[in-house]
Amino acid sequence: MRTYLAKRLLLILPTLLGVAAVVFVIMRVIPGDVTLLILGGDQTGRIDPQQLAAMRHQLGLDQPIAVQFGTWLWGVLRFDFGTSLWTGQPVLQEVLLRLPLSLEVAILATVVSVVLAVPLGMLAAVRQDSWVDYVIRVVSIGGLAIPSFWVGILVILFLVIYFGWGPPLEFTPPWVDPWANFQQLVWPVLTVGYRYAAVTTRMTRSTVLEVLREDYIRTAWAKGLRERVVVIRHAMKNAMLPVITLVGTEFAFLIGGLVVTESVFTLNGVGRFVVDAVAHRDYPVVQALVFLIAFCFVIVNLLIDLTYAWFDPRIRYH
Amino acid sequence: MSVNYPLVHATASAPLTPRLTFAQEVASFVRTKPLGAGGLLIILAMLFVALLAHTLAPYDPYLADYGVQFARPSGEHWFGTDEFGRDVLSRIMYGARIALFVGFTASFSGCSLGALLGVLSAYCGGTVDLLLERMMDILLAFPQLILALAVASILGPAVPNVVIAVTIPIIPRAARVVRATALSVKENQYVEAIRALGGAHPRVILQHILPNVMAPYIIMLTAQLGTAILAEAALSYLGLGAAEPTPSWGLMLSGSAPSYAEKAPWIGLFPGIAISLAVFGFSLFGDSLRDTLDPKLRGR
Repeated sequence: MRTYLAKRLLLILPTLLGVAAVVFVIMRVIPGDVTLLILGGDQTGRIDPQQLAAMRHQLGLDQPIAVQFGTWLWGVLRFDFGTSLWTGQPVLQEVLLRLPLSLEVAILATVVSVVLAVPLGMLAAVRQDSWVDYVIRVVSIGGLAIPSFWVGILVILFLVIYFGWGPPLEFTPPWVDPWANFQQLVWPVLTVGYRYAAVTTRMTRSTVLEVLREDYIRTAWAKGLRERVVVIRHAMKNAMLPVITLVGTEFAFLIGGLVVTESVFTLNGVGRFVVDAVAHRDYPVVQALVFLIAFCFVIVNLLIDLTYAWFDPRIRYH
Repeated sequence: MSVNYPLVHATASAPLTPRLTFAQEVASFVRTKPLGAGGLLIILAMLFVALLAHTLAPYDPYLADYGVQFARPSGEHWFGTDEFGRDVLSRIMYGARIALFVGFTASFSGCSLGALLGVLSAYCGGTVDLLLERMMDILLAFPQLILALAVASILGPAVPNVVIAVTIPIIPRAARVVRATALSVKENQYVEAIRALGGAHPRVILQHILPNVMAPYIIMLTAQLGTAILAEAALSYLGLGAAEPTPSWGLMLSGSAPSYAEKAPWIGLFPGIAISLAVFGFSLFGDSLRDTLDPKLRGR
């Protein structure tokens, strides 16, 4: 187990390095320059070339890209992600400002989706090809098919027209005012939760269907066990592995991937921050955020693999 | 060596069940998988509308007519008109072309590339497998949106470019699934037999492994079709996909729809329904196809 863990942790490094290198190159390849944006002029040719050169030198953008990458990596190792080229604040501070909101939405949406999806998916599998199965499948495929930004627009319209509700301007953390926090996040969480419940329901249904055809389930039936015991005690435990994988990956995605939901509900989260940073060509912010998102992703993947061993005693890592 | 080849190619088949005609197979699919048949119906209807959009559409989707801005849905404009007086129904009909084009090209190229890499990874094993897997990890961990933003800023927001942004995230997913299947196919004795008979690597891969990973490939392909359509809509909604005046469904939802939502809800309502219906159809069909193709799920 310990060697396995060490091996996995070592494999994380090339992945993270790869992601960091790719985003580093992409950001410098895309047209548009942060210095031009900061100095205000754009294609008017009014910017003083000397001023531009000085600015580029000050930001370290005149150095070779490999040197810039090295400098950045060295900073990351010391938890120094640099300062935002746009606001002048430390990147870490800017990210930590937005992370609680994104984390809260991601956690709550994941909880909502699992609580809905696992029982529904199992029910659909146990009653395969009955009307219960059809209804659950149609509802869950609906969750996949309906774009979340469209649902968001409809929900906001509904709230605005019938309740005079307006989107909040500032995020209230749950430890400051739980009720205000709840009011702010309930709709985005439900919108996102429904979508991921749909994904998870489908996965649960198909894995439970597979497990129900296994020999040991037939044995369980033959022993005369009740349906509840067969399904919950025997089938569920084995069917949950792929579901855990899915839920974990989706969770990792949710932390940085809710750009559309965040912009529909005007939430100041990590996802929108990425888009704004790319628009401003704010290199350090984009690099830090992509690094953070990739980091969450690989760590969650590692945790998933470790829970496998806990859930399925047959799996032993070497 | 050549003496043995005919043996390798010989196929032995023992008909266990009477062969069904195509019509009978379709009929049995409809009977056993009513949801899948419903999905297929939606897909066919969408294909029909997309192919015949130029004859079916009552108006030119690009033609602005400022005399009829914000017209309510009526006999003349079934789905109403938008802020430029363009007919929403006609734009949705032409939008089906874009949705299907992006869906099919992205899903097909993403799954095919992924399948090829997955098979290579499984077949070669060792260092090749390790390197390819790490590459797939990087692609998986890389946020799709940054990719789309980069593609849009380098190549400009346009339909062919959005295909690239939608295709790339599909590749690692398809590669994962196909690799897993190819790993077990590779262990089959017939593969060993071909190798023992001196079959070259490309021949083994193309003729013996690829055909056996077709089921997960097709399942992946149909599953990703809906996802690709949705991704195109989301990217166009964010202004990273199709650009005005292209009648893309996602784009139709973006600019005008929320701002005029109280005044003219139909501008945003119908494109949203179109997206949902399309993805719904592909997902229903894909699900049933998986149930039919996956031997683990067949019968009971």
